[in-house]
Amino acid sequence: MDLTALARRREVVLLVLIALLLAAVGARAPVFLTPASLGDVLTDTAILLMLACGQMAVILTRGIDLSVASNMAFTGMCTALLSKYHPELPIAVTLALAPLIGFCLGAVNGALIAWVKIPPIVVTLGTLSAYRGMIFILSGGASVVTHEFSRPYLDFPRQSLFGVSALLWIALVVCAGMAVFLNFSRTGRSLYAVGGNPLAARYVGIGIERCQFLVYCLSGAIAGLCGYLWVSRYAIAFTEVAFGYELTVIAACVIGGVSVAGGIGSVSGCLLGGLFLGIIGNALPVIQVSPFWQMAISGFVILCAVIVNSRSEARKGKLILRETEPPVPAPLQVRPETPS
Amino acid sequence: MTSLRYEVADRRKAAAADFWLRWEVLLLVLLGIVMLVNSRLSPWFLDYYNLLDSTFNFSEKAIMALSMTLIIVTRDIDLSVASIIALASVFMGLAAQAGAGVPLLVLIGLATGLLAGFANGAIITRFQIPAIVVTIGTMSLFRGIAYVVLGDTAITSYPAGFSWFGQSYLVWSIPFEFVLFLVLAAVFGFVLHFTTTGRRIYAIGNNPVAARFSGIPVDRYRLVLFTLNGLMAGLAAVLLTSRIGSTRPNIAAGWELEVITMVVLGGVSIMGGSGTISGVFIAVFVLGMMTFGLSLMNVPGIVMSVFVGVLLIASIAVPILIRRMLRR
Repeated sequence: MDLTALARRREVVLLVLIALLLAAVGARAPVFLTPASLGDVLTDTAILLMLACGQMAVILTRGIDLSVASNMAFTGMCTALLSKYHPELPIAVTLALAPLIGFCLGAVNGALIAWVKIPPIVVTLGTLSAYRGMIFILSGGASVVTHEFSRPYLDFPRQSLFGVSALLWIALVVCAGMAVFLNFSRTGRSLYAVGGNPLAARYVGIGIERCQFLVYCLSGAIAGLCGYLWVSRYAIAFTEVAFGYELTVIAACVIGGVSVAGGIGSVSGCLLGGLFLGIIGNALPVIQVSPFWQMAISGFVILCAVIVNSRSEARKGKLILRETEPPVPAPLQVRPETPS
Repeated sequence: MTSLRYEVADRRKAAAADFWLRWEVLLLVLLGIVMLVNSRLSPWFLDYYNLLDSTFNFSEKAIMALSMTLIIVTRDIDLSVASIIALASVFMGLAAQAGAGVPLLVLIGLATGLLAGFANGAIITRFQIPAIVVTIGTMSLFRGIAYVVLGDTAITSYPAGFSWFGQSYLVWSIPFEFVLFLVLAAVFGFVLHFTTTGRRIYAIGNNPVAARFSGIPVDRYRLVLFTLNGLMAGLAAVLLTSRIGSTRPNIAAGWELEVITMVVLGGVSIMGGSGTISGVFIAVFVLGMMTFGLSLMNVPGIVMSVFVGVLLIASIAVPILIRRMLRR
């Protein structure tokens, strides 16, 4: 692969940008570049990375899942209440239950989209509201706070194995699993086909409905798992947990080069996109910029990313008519006069 | 034999079911049910003054829903409207702090909205990027600017006369905001359904490429519609800021989804090319009356969102399922 082709790859560009960003922040505050600090950044971003992977699978099929944040908050509240009222339950139950609840919420989205044929944005917009409201009904508006959780509930993601927190291990496993699934399994590849050209996918015998249902279940299950991890990490569960976070997740995908038109995207791009946002969020307080800048900066970054994306995508494959040499005009023929 | 050998396949004979399955009719029935249930459950619901005052809660969103309808009919979407409100409100607040008069404040609010909408449209049409991605970006950017300017403070120093726009009543104690919505709804309905511009907007939504080939300047239309949508958000910002008399960076948070819910519930297809202003008009009342009724019964706002979400999905799913059953 020659150098220009390498430079055109989204992942390489992002990697360079992240390096520049780290260098710039490191110049202002060298403490940011210590392994401990970088480890914290990774741990802080782990949840975003997992969610971005799930979201990417959905966007690949030309869908969108706006309900992830609500799903996460609902599942988080479920596990929190379980931990509060049944502290004796082993952590394995929570770990199994969280993705399961998320899966069920995702399956509702998936069924409505795949078989009732309601556009994804409408369904997930509806469940975004509905799931969020269900948290309030479930908890009666009360929050579950630090001392009410059982010890293992809070401790599990903080355990460290080979110097890496369990939270990060889980993120690694989920992201690696997604990468293997999307790149090496038949179903994973068919997701790209469904998004790239649904009609062609149908003709080669791919079950589009099955694929759609699957991605929303997957995104839901990941959101559910992240719900537990989020609540455990911040040690509080309340109705507004992760309010509006779905847009950050989608932003991470978009920055990572996932095309909302479907069919284009990679796990590595997603991870880098998520890391980029995570580093910005963590770096601002370190270089003493008010955290209120974070939203404006990420908005600006998203816009830049999509403009760059549009440049690189526009020329590929969409050009059907090419300019050719102007046709040589045929020599004029004098038609014989028709007798009138 | 005088009958035709072929019949036009896409023009079916009108059946009674078609009328009853028309979106506007279904919505009217739904509105009737909502009114009936509410009036049974609360003795204060069917009160003239209560009902008129309840319009304060949805007039601003309803005004934005009108221009959002046009955007969605052309297959686009604008997620940044609530952030435009925040941005416009912040600039009005800064101007008010600097001692600007009421006309200047209104002008600043409208101009900010107009420019923000133009920025959306310009990026979308210049770079040919899907509207949903661009407006997710500007949604973050516009509200982000509001946060940068205000941090965790609020601006409340508005001149006394400014409260007129959001708090005043016209004749028969009808709120000014509500009258404005009715007038704008008539204008939008006229433009969309009775002018060439309106027909072209449908054409763009049905098939942008075909529309372009038949000579419609598609990108110019989209640019104008996004600018218009920004202007309407600016207008909503004027009304809302005037009504609550303060500006916080989280003003109108989450409104973009409520506005889109109004439009989609109104029967406008998110895939573009279909939908009516009258449908959206009725949907505004369905949602408005439902939330008003629930609030009379002391249901917290967050629980209402369950009803709104379920209503949105069910209102689309049920007709689809009924049609599917009828076809069997």
